[in-house]
Order: sequence, then structure tokens, then C-alpha cells
Amino acid sequence: MPRIQGLQDLEALRQRLLGSSAKQKQTLVLCCGTGCQASGCGKVLTAFRREIERRGMADQLSIRVTGCHGFCEQGPLAVLEPSGIFYCHLKPEDVPEIVAETVRSGRVVERLLYVDPASGERIQREAAIPFYRRQERILLDQNRRISPTSLDDYLAAGGYTALASVLGERSPEEVIEEIRASGLRGRGGGGFPTGRKWAACRAAPGEPKYVICNADEGDPGAYMDRSLLEGNPFAVIEGMTIGAYAIGARKGYIYVRNEYPLALAHAEKAVRCSEQAGLLGSGILGTDLDFSIRIARGAGAFVAGESTALMAAIEGRVSEPRPKDVHTVEDGLWNRPTNLNNVETWANVPHIINRGAAWFASKGSEHSKGTKIFALTGRVQNTGLVEVPMGTTLRQIVYDIGGGANNGSAVKAVQTGGPSGGCLPVERFDLPVDFETLAEAGSMVGSGGMVVMDERTCMVDVARYFLEFLQDESCGKCVPCRVGIGRMLEIVTAICQGKGEPKHLDLLEELAETVAETSLCALGKTAPNPVISTLRYFRDEYEAHIREKRCPAGVCRALITYRIDPERCTGCGACLKACPHGAVSGEKKELHAIDAETCTRCGICAEVCRFEAVVLE
Amino acid sequence: MSTRIVEELLAERRCTAGDLIEVLQDLQEAEGYISEGSMAEISERLEIPLIEVSRVAHFYEAFSLEPQGRHLITVCMGTACHVRGAPRMLDEVSGQLGIEPGETTEDGLFTMVRVNCLGACALGPVVVVDGVYHDHMSPGKLRKLIQSIRREDQRAAGKHTDA
Repeated sequence: MPRIQGLQDLEALRQRLLGSSAKQKQTLVLCCGTGCQASGCGKVLTAFRREIERRGMADQLSIRVTGCHGFCEQGPLAVLEPSGIFYCHLKPEDVPEIVAETVRSGRVVERLLYVDPASGERIQREAAIPFYRRQERILLDQNRRISPTSLDDYLAAGGYTALASVLGERSPEEVIEEIRASGLRGRGGGGFPTGRKWAACRAAPGEPKYVICNADEGDPGAYMDRSLLEGNPFAVIEGMTIGAYAIGARKGYIYVRNEYPLALAHAEKAVRCSEQAGLLGSGILGTDLDFSIRIARGAGAFVAGESTALMAAIEGRVSEPRPKDVHTVEDGLWNRPTNLNNVETWANVPHIINRGAAWFASKGSEHSKGTKIFALTGRVQNTGLVEVPMGTTLRQIVYDIGGGANNGSAVKAVQTGGPSGGCLPVERFDLPVDFETLAEAGSMVGSGGMVVMDERTCMVDVARYFLEFLQDESCGKCVPCRVGIGRMLEIVTAICQGKGEPKHLDLLEELAETVAETSLCALGKTAPNPVISTLRYFRDEYEAHIREKRCPAGVCRALITYRIDPERCTGCGACLKACPHGAVSGEKKELHAIDAETCTRCGICAEVCRFEAVVLE
Repeated sequence: MSTRIVEELLAERRCTAGDLIEVLQDLQEAEGYISEGSMAEISERLEIPLIEVSRVAHFYEAFSLEPQGRHLITVCMGTACHVRGAPRMLDEVSGQLGIEPGETTEDGLFTMVRVNCLGACALGPVVVVDGVYHDHMSPGKLRKLIQSIRREDQRAAGKHTDA
């Protein structure tokens, strides 16, 4: 792309792009985010390209390959524009029919439509699907309008209007005031007011200043940052450029998690495109703004999501946090004033500039403004990314949008905020989801992960899972976190193994308090949350493990056994073949048996048995 | 061998201490692991004490300090995958191959690692084999997958000896 010389040049280019897209034919929007790639969108894409070529229909149908639409469970999925017809679970062999029927003749292929699990009805249009209809998609909506690394698409969708208006008519102070007035708070989990952070960094003495985009989305069960950076990297870059102008920074970093190869590739490409177009580099859009971005690839460490640890990683060191009595806005990357925000925070910035602080502040609850993207996963019907105004209740998210538990079971709890968050029981589902309310209830919004749990999830095992995770990921610098989490894990593991004692629960609470109060960084300070919240809401499950040596959910392996019901076993041999540990024996068409010594209680046999003959006790 | 690769990796850099992680990442990609020899060399070239290079290499999960198998099986152990049965995937792999996470089979064919979350949570349990994502895994599907890789490899090896 040729360099965009100035603000008028940008607008002229946009009009040209809009003009050329106006006479467009039908467009097939195909999601090719990480999720859909896993379910095979690549082959579907090839099939579409081949079919269009075979029929010579390039003038009737174009394909737009986009980032994540958020309805990952239904992938591979496609939307036909302008009709809005939505097809899901696509296979390459469906493609000729779609082209012949829908594209050519406007007829809907019924069998490829989405079936609403609640009503059993087939739904034609994307906008009518309850999962989408009940959301308010501001950030995610752009994902399906653009091809992630196409600057043309981003410009045509209104991209860089915010930066142009900032450079043309607003002082840095005015920009900061706009962000402050919008009420935007950090989306990475801290919830710190963004405008205040920017103002502090601008005011801090020292040159050069840095801005950082934290794309080290480490919370397991959260992937909204991946989807945003992967699906719309230019929005993040535009947000960062506006921030750099407001703060007075000339250099920025995007720190991308090692486990997100596609997000990394798209961010790198978008940065290169922006440089070529004169939207990054020196003299941006013909003004005297100089700003460049480098991509830093993470090397795999959960603690690197903590701001000081992340900065250490960019400096090429072990990512250990440091005490924050001097804030990073004053003393950050290479001891210079540094403003770090999360991907979603940066992506919100252009929208706030374009539509105004009042528009943003009109959404959400009293102290938490705007929309937030949540990753709704686990044992729920509709898994995917959900963008709703802050203050939406858990019930609305889990039931109205998520469709409740899958496989006909009942929802027991939802885990929010990742390893730093907690588990909230169904009785608390009327709580509005915002920073303050969830914290009061013993959990947190965090980066927005929401893992739904049902009767088959053991809450003690969940606490053990998070402790194990955190013990692995503790950097080991401070004693309370390094040793305290380990001790808590020992106790909870003992409880899971049926070796728990009644006094353990008090000890756990005491340890939790100490670790929370004395750890150096947020990893340790919030590490006890999963234990505290499960103890608070699911104490009966702990008691059952300790007093009755029983795991009510049938998960903890030391407390369960599998045996074969002689009445039901047909001797088909499926379990014998499936057992990875060789614990099942029996002749063909004869009763099979499980050897309790060799059995690891993985439950694979129960899963493959078609006669429900493997009984869990 | 590693000397030449380290040379090449450092050729286009300014070789400052801040490059350490990037250099190690490139080396991991090129060689599949970080050997002690290459750590010593990097330490010398970047003028970073060997203990610091070793510390960084040990700290981050992306770095393997031993050679990896020809095929890498990555089992996602994120929360969403966990509640949908990811521990069974670990069971299946260790049962089939006799290795625990982080280990390599004796024939050098497979390495298994566990990862905290791949961000493909809607599709759990997720297992990645040699960079290809497999969604909604079950122990049965995983077993077939491992068998097919084995067969594929034997076939390739057969061809190799024929030639």
C-alpha cells in the first residue's frame, strides 16, 4: 500500500474503498479463527474457492476470510452477505450445494442451519440466533466485517477515523479527558481506570516513554484477547497509537503469548502494513507524531501477565515481578514511564474517541462502564465469546445466551476470573457482573473467563486444579506464594485422596489468608481465591470428602471405583480395547472384569460402553 | 552443529542482552531444544553470565532442554478442557506411549507436553499434534490418531530403507 500522506488523503482513500465495495456482489464470510481452524475451516475454504472457480462465479460471490466470530462451538461457520443466512458445522462436501442453492437461487439449505437447542427450531439468520441476539457486540462485531490483516477492510469499516480526529483536532490532554470521562477500566483483570493511568504516565518525568499492549492472556479458559488481536489487529494498533499520542510515547510493544501463533502472525503483519501506509513510524499521517511498535513473543510463563514481570520479559530477563511501591507509569520498561493496557482495553479506545465518552458511559453499571467480552466455556450449551454491557447478570449470560448446561445436566456453578477468581454457585446467578459486585461475592471479573460447571464437576478437584496450576506458575521469588500455595495444594490433594481431616479446613483458611496478605504480586495475592470461594459456597463437598470419604461428583480418583455390571455386560470387548492401562479382562461374549489394582479410574471404559454396564461407585 | 546455528541466529542482530529470549526462541525453533553447548556460546556472544542464560532457559516453558521426539503431542489442560475430561487425554497418551508429560518415547518418535491453555476453549478437550489442532477429543479418537501417526511413520521409514 502507498503511504497515506495526510488526513485528507486518508478520507479520500476510505471513500474510494467504500465506492469499490458498494458494487460488490454476495460475500461469503468465513470464520478462520483458531477455533474454526481446529474444526476444519481450511478445507471448507479451499472447497469454496474451487467451486467458485469451477462454476466461473467470481463475479457473483466473493469470500471474506475473517477472524473469530465467537460462536466457536458451531464451527466451521459462515455467513452470507447481504442476506445474513448463517450456516454452521460446515464440511467441504456441503459447499457445492450452498453455491448452487443459496448463492445462485437464494434458497436456504435447511440442514445446515443452526438449531436452537431450547426450541428445536432451525434459525436462518445470524441476527436471529439467541446467542448473538442477546449480546451487544461492539468490539466483536468488527471481527466479521474485516479480513484481519487487510488494512483496506479496516479502513472501509471506519478504521483510523478515531486517530485522524485525534491528530486533527484534539490535544493530548483532551484525549485523556475523553478516556477518563468514558469510565473505561482495564480489561485485563485489574479494572484500574484507564484515563487515570494515561494521565499519570503523561505527567511522569523521563524520556522516552513506552506503551505496551498486554496480549499475554494466561488465564486458562479466557481467549477474548486472542480473538481480538487475531481478528482485528489494526484496532489494537490504532488504540495504541492514540494512547501514544496522548501519553507522549514514541515506542510501543505488543507482548503476545507464545501459545497464540495466529495472533502473533496477524499482529506482525498488521504492524508491517501500518508502517508501509505511514500509520506507524515517523510523521504519522503527515503530522509530527512518531510512533513505532515492536512485537515481543512470550516464552511461556503465566506470571508474565503481571505488568512488572511482563516488562522484565521484554527486557530479555526472567519474568519475575517486583514490588510496585513505585508504579510502572513512572518506572517501567527500562526504568522509563510505561503505560501498559490489555488488548481489549486498547481495542475500546477508537470506539470511545469515535462515539464519545457519554456514549460509552451510557452502557454498563454504575462503576463499570461499557461492554465486556466473556469467554463462556465448560459444561454449557453455547460455548463462545459473549460481549455484553457490564452489569449483565450471570443468569442472563449462562442461561439466556449460553443456553444452560449441556447434555441435560444442571448447572452448579460458574468459575470467573481464572486462577485468580472464584466459583459462584447457581444461587448467586442474579448478581450483576461488574468489577465491584463479583469481588464482593468472592470472585472477580478478571480477564473475562467464565467456565460453567455442572453436577459432574467436583469443586474440591477444581480448587486442587487451580492450586496445581498456580504452584507450577509461581515464579518462586517470594516465600508466601512459593511455599504457601504448595502447602495448600498438599492439603487439598490429601482431601481429594480421602486422607483429609476435619482440622484441614481451618488450616486451609488460615493459610489462604496469609498467602493473600503477604504475597508480592497479584498472582500470589489472588491465588487463594479458588479455595476460599469453594470453601464458602461448597463446603458440603469438602465435608463429604473428609467425613464420608466420598466424592459427590464422582471425579476424585482415590474415592471412586469402576466395576462392570454382570447384568448389563454383553462381552462386546469395547472397554477392553479402550482401556489404555490394560486393566480390563474377559473373553469375547463373556462377562468382563476390571482389575482394581491396575485401574487408574480414568473412566475411559465407562465412556465407550454402549450398554451402561460400567458402573461408577 | 549448534555452533553454526547460533552463529547464523546471531548474524543479523545487535547482540545485546535484551535479545536473549528472542535468540533462545529462534534456537528452540531451529534445533528443537537448547543444548548446554549453545547456552555457553550465547552467553559468550551476548555477554551474559552463563547462569543467567541457563536460568532464562529453565524458567520459560517454551524452552526444552532435551531433544524432542519427531512428533509433538500437546495436551491442553486449561480449565475448560479440564472440566470436559482433559485428564483422560493425558491418561490415554501415557497409557499408549508409556511417557509422562515432558518425556519422550525411547524410540524418539513422540514427545508429550501439557499446556495451560491454547485459547480454543469452546472446542475442548483439545490436543495438538505437530501444530494441527484436534477438537472435541476423546480417548478413542486420540488412540486412533497416535496409531495413524505410527503407521505413517513406519511407512515413511520403509520407503526410506527401500530407497
